[in-house]
Amino acid sequence: MKHIYLKNVATLRLSAEKCIGCGRCTEVCPHRVFSVNEKKAKIEDKDSCMECGACAKNCPANAIIVDSGVGCAAAVIMGWLTGSEPSCDCSSGEECC
Amino acid sequence: MSNEKSCCCSASSCCNTESITPYEKNDEWVMGEIHTPKGSVPVVSTNLHFKDILGAWKVRWGIGRMNYKINPGLYAIGKPDHTSPVLVSANYKLTFDVLRKELSGLDCWILILDTKGINVWCAAGKGTFGTHELVGRILKTGLSEIVSHRKLVLPQLGAPGVSAHEVTKQTGFSVVYGPVRAKAIKTFLDSGFKATQEMRTVKFTMWDRLVLTPVELVAAAKSSLMVFGVMFLLNLFVVRPFGLTDFIAYTGAVITGTVITPLLLPVIPGRTFAWKGWLLGLLWTLGFIWYSGGVVPGFLLLAIGYLLVLPSLSAYLAMNFTGSSTYTSFSGVIKEMKIAVPLMAISLIVGIVLLLINSIWG
Repeated sequence: MKHIYLKNVATLRLSAEKCIGCGRCTEVCPHRVFSVNEKKAKIEDKDSCMECGACAKNCPANAIIVDSGVGCAAAVIMGWLTGSEPSCDCSSGEECC
Repeated sequence: MSNEKSCCCSASSCCNTESITPYEKNDEWVMGEIHTPKGSVPVVSTNLHFKDILGAWKVRWGIGRMNYKINPGLYAIGKPDHTSPVLVSANYKLTFDVLRKELSGLDCWILILDTKGINVWCAAGKGTFGTHELVGRILKTGLSEIVSHRKLVLPQLGAPGVSAHEVTKQTGFSVVYGPVRAKAIKTFLDSGFKATQEMRTVKFTMWDRLVLTPVELVAAAKSSLMVFGVMFLLNLFVVRPFGLTDFIAYTGAVITGTVITPLLLPVIPGRTFAWKGWLLGLLWTLGFIWYSGGVVPGFLLLAIGYLLVLPSLSAYLAMNFTGSSTYTSFSGVIKEMKIAVPLMAISLIVGIVLLLINSIWG
């Protein structure tokens, strides 16, 4: 069963102009957000984006922008309490953050 | 790392026997050493021993989790040579064990980064599994003199921390992202570094969620000790002391938020975690009230108090599971919290006041 989180919140943006069609984004995205056709990447499923930032970090053309951060409520609360940036300091098992 | 010492003779003729990666001689998972132009490298077993399995079980329950790590550096599987593939991973022992157990029969190198004992995905998010650490580790281990090819296989979930083109620019090594799961690594290597869409996609199965719940439960139990302490103090001077019934109601709400909601996650209606937790918490509370005899006069205040406190508690604990989930975005969590946190806080405070009134005045 596919997990679905909130709609229309992801900050992911792709510049088709800058895209060189290397396909690296499709290689790193853990949620199949991108597709590449005729040497251009396209955002197929923006609502599945979890803003991990892998695509932006690995895009050699700087064509992708996303406000990456940890989707973790405990981290956000700690950030609110301490007045710092939310950071994941829990590290549970294989899939924290 | 000891390999930074310069050797007087050329790398190929000089047998540098110093160890590139320090390790404990009594570690059961080290089977021996292999010699390279840059020094010796520990050869690692692909079998997990009882100690490894026990260690994994312990960290899943939150015991010594922040100090379950191995030394960063280079390790060998089988009998790798200069043409063997190089897999990159994190120095969390649990991660390392999950990887090596999938590598039986292979000859390859494992380059372990110093992620402070944190798993690949988390460390990539923090940046410790990152470009800087990877570049540094390549230089420190002298990898370019140990292998003749220039290709690294990174776990796909390391990508949030590593800029592949930047690594190539700085070291000459090209980066290929392997599958999400270590289980698929053999297929990936056998197919000439090709990952299917399936291998590239993160899932979050019921089993995945189950193994994450003990840590949540232990954390909640620790905070609960404080709640129990306060209840105990209150009991010294209230008319209706808190007792076993309250304990069961409370514990049920905690388990609902930390275990039941994560397990049933995709089938619970709604999208936000807090809502899902609240819904199940409400069901638990209603069930509990019904089982304890329903809302009868004298029980009304307590029942309303329960209904305000317990579902909110489950909601809060469920909301914290966003951190363990594999699909929640930062923007989404912020949006969820901006609505859920004030509601939970109000409900909790009003509910606690009602419960206190009920206890103090009977």
